[in-house]
Amino acid sequence: MTKDELRAAVLAELKRIAPEVEEGELKPDRLLREQVDLDSMDWLNFLVALHERLQVEIPESDYARLGTLDQTVDYLAKKLG
Amino acid sequence: MIEFRMPSLGADMEEGKLLEWKIKPGDAVKRGDVVAVVDTSKAAVEVEIWQDGVVQELITQPGETVPVGTVMAQLRGAEEKPVEGKPAVSPALRKPASPAARKRARELDVDIERVTGTGPHGAVTTEDVEKFARKAERKEEKKEEKKEEKKEAAPSPDKALEMRKAIAAAMGRSKREIPHYYVSQTIPMQRASQWLAEENARRPLPERLLMGALQLKAVALALADFPDFNGFWQDGAFRHADGVHIGVAISLRQGGLVAPAIHDVHELSLTELMKSLSDLVKRARAGSLRSSEMSDPTITVTNLGDQGVDEVFGIIYPPQVALVGFGRVAQRPWAENGMLGAIPTVVASLAADHRASDGHRGALFLAAIARLLQEPEKL
Repeated sequence: MTKDELRAAVLAELKRIAPEVEEGELKPDRLLREQVDLDSMDWLNFLVALHERLQVEIPESDYARLGTLDQTVDYLAKKLG
Repeated sequence: MIEFRMPSLGADMEEGKLLEWKIKPGDAVKRGDVVAVVDTSKAAVEVEIWQDGVVQELITQPGETVPVGTVMAQLRGAEEKPVEGKPAVSPALRKPASPAARKRARELDVDIERVTGTGPHGAVTTEDVEKFARKAERKEEKKEEKKEEKKEAAPSPDKALEMRKAIAAAMGRSKREIPHYYVSQTIPMQRASQWLAEENARRPLPERLLMGALQLKAVALALADFPDFNGFWQDGAFRHADGVHIGVAISLRQGGLVAPAIHDVHELSLTELMKSLSDLVKRARAGSLRSSEMSDPTITVTNLGDQGVDEVFGIIYPPQVALVGFGRVAQRPWAENGMLGAIPTVVASLAADHRASDGHRGALFLAAIARLLQEPEKL
């Protein structure tokens, strides 16, 4: 899966949890949870959705490495690559 | 005869709009079955029935708005006999129709008794049956189209306004009628945080727990010794509730909030509780809650820690008598045995109805919650 495909997958799952998100307004280098107002339940559901879509395991100790959209895509690319 | 009435789905509800029946005359229903969908200002609520029976008559029509308490349907109790003397169709009253028309009706799955006849003496002809079937099909299509439209419609500004009004009514009543008192306590969360991290390291993603679930369970267990915070102030007296049904304040993305209940929280394992919580948040945000969840929370818990607040000063949801609030779990200075260190702590607060309890009891209740959170493995 290319990084663009990964980014599309991440955005799709994010939009399912926060339908008001506009792709163009997301700053790829700002913390996702701050930008999109995700509480801990939303965040967990977001990660569960990524886990189920991409078959990737994300330990809780790695949560901090998924701060921004860019970081999330990089993390997933590394995990899958 | 059982009367199914428009339920009160919260202190702020005066009327409700029937969106849909999930039953039809002749259906047998069991206690707990969803029988109707009712639109309140907060959500489309699936309404359950609390008795077994057989549906006799649907009185309210979908689309009608009726006051709380209005009889919407009548049911026969499980032991009652059907009402005698009025069989649905007596052979003598059968509609005149040609044998060919009856055959065609069976083929097209048409109830011939509902077809208007244009033949001799009002007899139903084959043509009448076919016309009726075509009409029914068109109606069905229209219904489908309407349903599709409804699904796509975003929450209207009206809806947001209605929800604001409902919140205003309930909170206004609370502040007018309930003499609130507030107490709070800073709770060390080192053990709970560590236990949670270890537990989650073992669990696959979909089974992971949130601190909010531990807090809910601690409140539920503490209520066993503090029943005076679990129940309702009604008719000038406190009525203790039997179950521990915790209303969870859930903010909605489009604005506003709901606080539906998770039932019997004290009896759920953390895994079960987490599942219920996750399911409840999803359904609350999708706007599909059940009547029992809306109408019977016995206490409310609100957690604003994710938004970074230190402490919550809650407003009680009438007729409940208490609300427990949690702020953010964060590293804070903590002195113990003459030593100053930094550990994760949380401020728990209690807003309680002074008519039902006193600050002393409130302080003990918070202390019990704090104690329970020191032994997370027992929650």
